[in-house]
Amino acid sequence: MLKVNSIHVFYGNIHAIKDVSFYVNEGEIVTLIGANGAGKSTILKTISGLIRPAVGTIEFLGESIVNLSPHKIVRKRLAHCPEGRRLFLQMSVKENLEMGAYTRDENDIEADMADVYQRFPILEERRNQLAASLSGGEQQMLAMGRAMMAKPSLLMLDEPSMGLAPILVEQIFDLIVELNEAGTTILLVEQNAQMALSIADRGYVLETGSIVTTGSCADLLNDERLKKAYLGG
Amino acid sequence: MTFLSYLISGISLGSIYAIIALGYTMVYGIAKMLNFAHGDVIMVGGYMSFMATTHFGWSPFSSVLFAMGVCTVLGILIEQLAYKPLRSAPSLAVLITAIGVSYFLQNAALLIWTPNPKSFSSVVPFDSLRLFDGQLIISGTTIVTIVACAIIIVTLNTIVNKTKIGKAMRAVSEDKDVAQLMGISVNKTISVTFAIGSALAAVAGVLLCSAYPILMPTTGAMPGIKAFTAAVFGGIGSIPGAFLGGILLGIIEILGKAYISTQLSDAIVFAVLIIILLVKPTGLLGKKVLVKV
Repeated sequence: MLKVNSIHVFYGNIHAIKDVSFYVNEGEIVTLIGANGAGKSTILKTISGLIRPAVGTIEFLGESIVNLSPHKIVRKRLAHCPEGRRLFLQMSVKENLEMGAYTRDENDIEADMADVYQRFPILEERRNQLAASLSGGEQQMLAMGRAMMAKPSLLMLDEPSMGLAPILVEQIFDLIVELNEAGTTILLVEQNAQMALSIADRGYVLETGSIVTTGSCADLLNDERLKKAYLGG
Repeated sequence: MTFLSYLISGISLGSIYAIIALGYTMVYGIAKMLNFAHGDVIMVGGYMSFMATTHFGWSPFSSVLFAMGVCTVLGILIEQLAYKPLRSAPSLAVLITAIGVSYFLQNAALLIWTPNPKSFSSVVPFDSLRLFDGQLIISGTTIVTIVACAIIIVTLNTIVNKTKIGKAMRAVSEDKDVAQLMGISVNKTISVTFAIGSALAAVAGVLLCSAYPILMPTTGAMPGIKAFTAAVFGGIGSIPGAFLGGILLGIIEILGKAYISTQLSDAIVFAVLIIILLVKPTGLLGKKVLVKV
């Protein structure tokens, strides 16, 4: 479904991503794990078009998307839920959800909004409040809700568990699994490797801009080296 | 009664500043740039209306629509040709370009319309309103200016808060990258903003020339700077701020002229701006964004 072929990304003189290739099949949950600064977020930004790779190709559903602007890539139903939630804080909860569905016909989104509200009743309660007034956890729910409103076929999530209480992390990961079961393919970037590997099908491990290991999650969870570096064992 | 009449003139002048300030503040809010050519679009609007009425013999109302149409196109052109190529350039480069566009428009106007002032006849066909046995006289232009400003504010507020493009504008204003991730075209949104701002500049130009009927290539420069001050005064980027800043600035200017000194009125206006910014650097209604972690 998504095919990234030997991309290189530079920030000025810094060679941030070095020859990274990976793929995501339809229906999978694939995770990119690695330490802070390994280049995980940069890869997602490159796929969604916010950053252009210097070299390399990116194909989505058999089409090259590497030269498309971000707003055109979203229209191919490839959504990116960025790191740090990045909500529109000066807009209401409802408006944030509407922005999530920006590419869709306004008449079709009622049911999906109801679905988000049903999953996160607190958002319905606060639908007319500014997103800035929500707590950190509620903001993450809203960020997930906003991503759901896009009805993507491939959803890229960047650190959805960041800064959340364990109970909320659990809830967010349950939601990811549910979305996947409902047919959304997921590309998940996480620092919480344990959690990510527990729900994903396959994983890629990044170190300073390169993929160092890949495999099924079961294999990665048993990898001695990985255990030491990321899994706290 | 004289105070009341000064106050009304202040609100009327302030309404013109507010309409211009809206253009500044919207463009700043969305494109994060100061469009110093905005004042000169006002002047172009004035000339367009002048030409439509005197040369083509059109009705005042259609001359306003004509001016709005031309300025809308001009605004979009300026954005496409001068600012769009600099989207990722340092803001100083954009600022200097904006000043360049401003000089370009003024000098083009000099070439086309010569430096001789044209005497503009008000587009407002109504008679003055006489109240309190003729003690308070409000001109038709004053009334139309205030009403026009009120209509513009309400319309703009509705557009920005209720329509899809308005919400997209707010989204782009807050976070350009994420707005794109939602599927919003930043370029299109910026074009629409310039179009709206320039159409408003045309309206402001016609109202300004109706109230102060001398039209020259530099007509827009000073009101442009005053309106920019008004936008900063109210909190640049904020639409209610531009409105409030514009009205207050007009009142301060007229009352300063009336009660303190005609020569010093501009100095008073800018002194008030400096004091406000010292006390509240974001302007009267400027926002401070809190980020939660």
